[in-house]
Amino acid sequence: MGEPLELLSAPLVIEYPFNRTTGPVIGAFLTGLRDQRVVGIEGDDRRVVCPPVEYDPHTGSPLTDLVAVGTEGVVQTWAWVETVREGQPLQQPHALALILLDGADTAMLHVVDCGSPDALSTGDRVRIRWAEERSGSICDIECFERVGGEQ
Amino acid sequence: MRDVAIVSVAQSVHRRSARELNEVEMIQPVIRQALDQVGVQKGEIDFTCSGSSDYLAGQAFSFVMTLDAVGPTPPISESHVEMDGAWALYEAWVKIQTGHADTALIYGYGKSSPGDLPRVLSRQLDPYYYQPLWPDSIALAGLQARLMLEQGLITEQEMAEIAYRSREAAKTNPHAQLQGSQSVEELLAQPRSYDPLARHDCAPITDGGVAIVIAAGEKAAKWCSRPAWIRGIDHRIDSHNLGARDLTKAPSIGIAAAKAGVHDGPIDIAELHAPFTHQEKIIRTELGLSDEVVVNPSGGPLAANPMMGAGLIRLGEVAQRIHSGEANRGVAHATSGLLLQQNLVAVLEGE
Repeated sequence: MGEPLELLSAPLVIEYPFNRTTGPVIGAFLTGLRDQRVVGIEGDDRRVVCPPVEYDPHTGSPLTDLVAVGTEGVVQTWAWVETVREGQPLQQPHALALILLDGADTAMLHVVDCGSPDALSTGDRVRIRWAEERSGSICDIECFERVGGEQ
Repeated sequence: MRDVAIVSVAQSVHRRSARELNEVEMIQPVIRQALDQVGVQKGEIDFTCSGSSDYLAGQAFSFVMTLDAVGPTPPISESHVEMDGAWALYEAWVKIQTGHADTALIYGYGKSSPGDLPRVLSRQLDPYYYQPLWPDSIALAGLQARLMLEQGLITEQEMAEIAYRSREAAKTNPHAQLQGSQSVEELLAQPRSYDPLARHDCAPITDGGVAIVIAAGEKAAKWCSRPAWIRGIDHRIDSHNLGARDLTKAPSIGIAAAKAGVHDGPIDIAELHAPFTHQEKIIRTELGLSDEVVVNPSGGPLAANPMMGAGLIRLGEVAQRIHSGEANRGVAHATSGLLLQQNLVAVLEGE
């Protein structure tokens, strides 16, 4: 005793290798992305929820009316990600953003490749940059990029 | 309704990393202290309920091992929530209301240091639309802060003032991790490293825990000379669909506040579970607190933010100020999930 104890540690990586069944609403959205299409769903109040949800956000009733929305939209808010973390869509610093796609009434969470925080403002128009290999995942959208913007 | 009060509160000295302790070693002395303060032996506790997270512990059913800190043999009546300990207290309060217990021990704890907390917290999100993007908790909070800044609902000056006030208040809190602050002017000169957020806008990453004893009626009066009676407690939830919510608001707080009876009498102090400076403004607004209310005299989560404990600590901090006579009626708020998604509000009273 008297000597400081050496603290031992060992790496532990947890994984949850689930395969989920996505169903007719989420599945339709993810399948659409694979084919470079984006769909939302009409709520009871006719507002288009995108990405689509299975139940109305306000009334809770099941929703079925899928509608096409645009592949361009407007940045509603954003935050700069300087420290990129494992698994994030872009491996260089980028913006996390809520993006209102044309024809949708709720915003989608994704990332914007814009180089620096000085290059992006709320209200900027952005469009989808599709991933080359698509599998039916939100990551089939590689990222968004500014419309007319310099990279 | 049965009268139920918080009669004892203990918490760890919070720090960035309790690397030399496992979860049992970290929380056991805190539980012991909470029981000792009211002279209670473990057999006198009818119900035990804890809040913790397997995602932080890196192990399924991790709370089962932590039960060694309580001593579960002979068998005890016990439960657990994968939530902040404030919700464990809610469960215990319901258990007492139903007449199945008169006394309860509640604890909440989290060791965030073994992993990358902003990344771990992304696992709380929707598994199809959000989780595959691994959005970190600081950037998500930034989405909310920018909406507030650009809509004129808060200023960078106000955010820096909240950070300053919190960490200066923590100078008198022996459990706080961050004590004291640079001046507001110095904070405003700092880079916005997580644009729009600066480092001072974020709660620290903390290892620590808290334990609380509650009791009904005469037992509470016997164990504590001035019990902190739970006059109202309620919890509500907003949508997990971030893009469909107005992130500048948290209506669930307002509903919980009304159900808990926040405005049925004057409020002396409020302890608010706001891990980011701008979120304090949202909570204050939803609770409808007047400018006279002292907010986070402990320093709040900006001074120490042990996951799964920081909400329960808010109840404890209000209760201790009622025990001491410093306050008579206070409100405690706890949050769970990202961007103030789920919220609990409790009203505590001395008389």
